[in-house]
Amino acid sequence: MISLHLPALQVVVPLISAPLCVLLRRGFGAWLLATVIAWTAFAISLALLAQVLSDGALSYKMGGWAAPWGIEYRIDRLNAFMLVIVAGIGALVMPCAYHSVAREIAPERQHLFYAAFMLALTGLLGIVITGDVFNLYVFLEITSLASYTLVALGADRRALRASFQYLVLGTIGATFILIGIGLLYMVTGTLNMADLAARIPALQELRPVRAAFAFIVVGAGLKLALFPLHLWLPNAYTYAPSVVSAFLAATATKVGVYVLMRFIFTVFGARFAFEMMPLGEILMVLGLLAVMVGSLVAVFQTNVKRMLAYSSIAQIGYMALGISFASVNGLVAGIVHLFNHAAMKGALFLALACVFYRLGSVELDAMRGLGRRMPLTMATFVAAGMSLVGVPLTVGFISKWYLVVAAIESGLWPVAVIVLVASLLALVYIWRVVEVAYFREPDGDAPEVTEAPAAMLVPTMALAAACIYFGIDTELTVGVATEAALSLLEGGP
Amino acid sequence: MDVIGHYNYWVSIVLMMAGFYMVIASANLVKKLVGLNVFQTAVFLLYITMSKVSVPDCAIDCGTAPIFKEGFTVYSNPLPSVLILTAIVVSVSTTAVALAIIVRIKEAYGSVEEDEMLRRDGE
Repeated sequence: MISLHLPALQVVVPLISAPLCVLLRRGFGAWLLATVIAWTAFAISLALLAQVLSDGALSYKMGGWAAPWGIEYRIDRLNAFMLVIVAGIGALVMPCAYHSVAREIAPERQHLFYAAFMLALTGLLGIVITGDVFNLYVFLEITSLASYTLVALGADRRALRASFQYLVLGTIGATFILIGIGLLYMVTGTLNMADLAARIPALQELRPVRAAFAFIVVGAGLKLALFPLHLWLPNAYTYAPSVVSAFLAATATKVGVYVLMRFIFTVFGARFAFEMMPLGEILMVLGLLAVMVGSLVAVFQTNVKRMLAYSSIAQIGYMALGISFASVNGLVAGIVHLFNHAAMKGALFLALACVFYRLGSVELDAMRGLGRRMPLTMATFVAAGMSLVGVPLTVGFISKWYLVVAAIESGLWPVAVIVLVASLLALVYIWRVVEVAYFREPDGDAPEVTEAPAAMLVPTMALAAACIYFGIDTELTVGVATEAALSLLEGGP
Repeated sequence: MDVIGHYNYWVSIVLMMAGFYMVIASANLVKKLVGLNVFQTAVFLLYITMSKVSVPDCAIDCGTAPIFKEGFTVYSNPLPSVLILTAIVVSVSTTAVALAIIVRIKEAYGSVEEDEMLRRDGE
């Protein structure tokens, strides 16, 4: 009985926990509830993935209303995989959150932090699971509003400025998506993705459909921080509380990429997007610029969190590049990189949360000689960093491999070369941290620090271990990504 | 091209651009927020306009609310109004969150001017 309603529970369980967190009024109680709920959501997402892998796509009628009128939750391989990524990161971040939040957020605000966190998780899961475009917009706003609040909870007053900037750009992005959805409804009279996909091919000459496509791509581009729409991202990730940076960096922009893929391939169809509209060229140019500019700017940062934020912009460029090929290998690269980047950025930002917990700073100067004082944290950072560079036997290598193969297949040698050059840039900025942490002596007056608490260290190391494990055993990630890519290219959900 | 018949759409686009311009051009955070509100309101108008149904040989108002009664034959589509009700709620919440952030910015910086904030952070 319960297994029939898993799709609804996936969203409803974290949603209900948010007001409960507010009612608990105590940091510890709210944390305990949020942790239990995050792991429950993770378990539900795994059960859904298992169900989808064995029986094929699921359709769930919300409230029992049939599809074109009611809201349909439709789960195929792509979004089952995304659900596991989002819920998994949420489940791993929560154990870290207790110590980190206790240090960074005032006691009277802690339960509100967990409430906002649960709302953000709800929104992200909702965006991924829904098969209705308006429902997607509503969840997008739920998660955005919760994220603005989470960013504003940062200790530095610049967090407020970052949050406001994020709010303005995020709202413009979401409103663009709303305009796009309105234009589509105007000509098709439906909001269901499968229904839209069936009606758009006959209407694709119409101007509203083309305008809708442009609005939705730009709106999603703002949400996923596609260069040059990334301005909100560096400040938001730098000044947000450490665990929020880890959670948002690993999930929010990935969900943005998912929204873009869903609209391009499922709703509009690959033929419309890449043959009638010049989306392939646009995404390729912007993706390459993001990869180069993001990596170059990252090299010159002295705040490690900001460095990783710029690196995220570059990594999003890789995903956009993967989509731009509109080929199986390109899409596999994009989808696998969604997973891989979530694991490695999650591990890197959580390692920084450990560093911040002990040092109270993530400036490069403060991290001198940290390799000896916090060996496990820094070893985790290096392992995930190597994955970011794309060293063989890590997940980063797998996604770059597929990306380069896709580039060569399309006969675009220069693109493959740029991907490799950008990987070297990643090596440069990761190496700067390694050099400071392992080959510099700490200042004489540097505070004595020990390893971070186990509750923070274990999830961080688990994510880093995932970076290596899935770099060797690619059966699950590449297997799911290949089938998802094939079904996306066929069109239809 | 039917210019007068698309009156509402023109208004919607003008409002949208005016709001967008305010968001970009003003340095005062409250003005930015007002701009954002105008921008969102323009989209509400777009949705409400498209739900209106009118038939060629008919006076001004043709499509009515969906009432099952004699004399009411052409209905306007109620769904966009429902959708936009949700979007209005979203917009109100966004405004509330933004105002809360502005209040805290005022407390932390003593100003809600963007250039002033940048100066006080030494950037």
